[in-house]
Amino acid sequence: MKRLVYSMPLGILAVLAVYFLLGLGRDPYILPSALINTPVAAFDLPAIEGEIKGFSNSDLKGRVSLVNVFGSWCVACQQEHGFLMKLSRQNVIPVYGIDWREADRKAGPAWLKRYGNPYTLIGDDPKSLGAIAFGVTGAPESFLIDKHAVIRFKHTGPLTDEIWTKKFSPIISELRKQ
Amino acid sequence: MRRAPYLTGYLAAIFLILGELQPAQAVNPTEMLGNDLLEKRARHISKDIRCVVCQNQSIDDSDAPLARDLRVLIRQRLVEGDTDQEVISYLVSRYGDFVLLTPPVKGVTLFLWFGPVVFALLGMLGLVLYFRRQKALIKRGGTP
Repeated sequence: MKRLVYSMPLGILAVLAVYFLLGLGRDPYILPSALINTPVAAFDLPAIEGEIKGFSNSDLKGRVSLVNVFGSWCVACQQEHGFLMKLSRQNVIPVYGIDWREADRKAGPAWLKRYGNPYTLIGDDPKSLGAIAFGVTGAPESFLIDKHAVIRFKHTGPLTDEIWTKKFSPIISELRKQ
Repeated sequence: MRRAPYLTGYLAAIFLILGELQPAQAVNPTEMLGNDLLEKRARHISKDIRCVVCQNQSIDDSDAPLARDLRVLIRQRLVEGDTDQEVISYLVSRYGDFVLLTPPVKGVTLFLWFGPVVFALLGMLGLVLYFRRQKALIKRGGTP
């Protein structure tokens, strides 16, 4: 009994140590999305300059698609842009864009002109209404949406080939079977 | 008497530092609502909503662009007639409980809320038992 009592602090310490060690590997800026498996909230964003159609939640019904939040001010978005261009060239999946918080209305369109436009539709989001609907905390963020406009997966940070094959592809083929 | 100028200098320095220490005002006058009551409610809600970019600040304190947009959104919803609870629920539905600076009391947060009390009670129990034993030992004539 005495032994048990005396070893208790050590036991508690061990449990805490394991807990904290696991915590060390986590990036506190990557938040668990509260939105996985919930329907996309209603939003209706106007077109960016030079485009005719904007982007709203009703565009997402019927097909498995990707929603990507970007901005011309966002360096990591530039980094993933080549990959998005590849997705659109190879017709892998429709990619919808939310052009988030541009300082002026010309910035987004100019950026897309320079680096190419991989998006099926783009919504202009100067007031974060689209971004908040998706619970976005920073750009880039990408969301996989199923046929019924339900959010199924979220990735924070730039997309790469590796992340795509490892995380996105299996979920997409699963979603397409449904 | 020669000391006086130094003293004033020191005092001035101290007041300057204190002035700097006052919290910077993040809420921009252009965001504020004309209706005082609504504005008060908006401020009250904002103080308990976490800025998801800067994480340990409330959106009321934060200069982050997203915090600004959230403040504007809260005001817009209040103007449209939402109750405080409806506004808060909307934000929680988008960002999860994490967005609340005061975590709600529920299953997974019970330990967070009551853990410290439990440990304090256990510690007190341990102390009481220890002293009782000491007392009993002394009574029996042994050395503690």
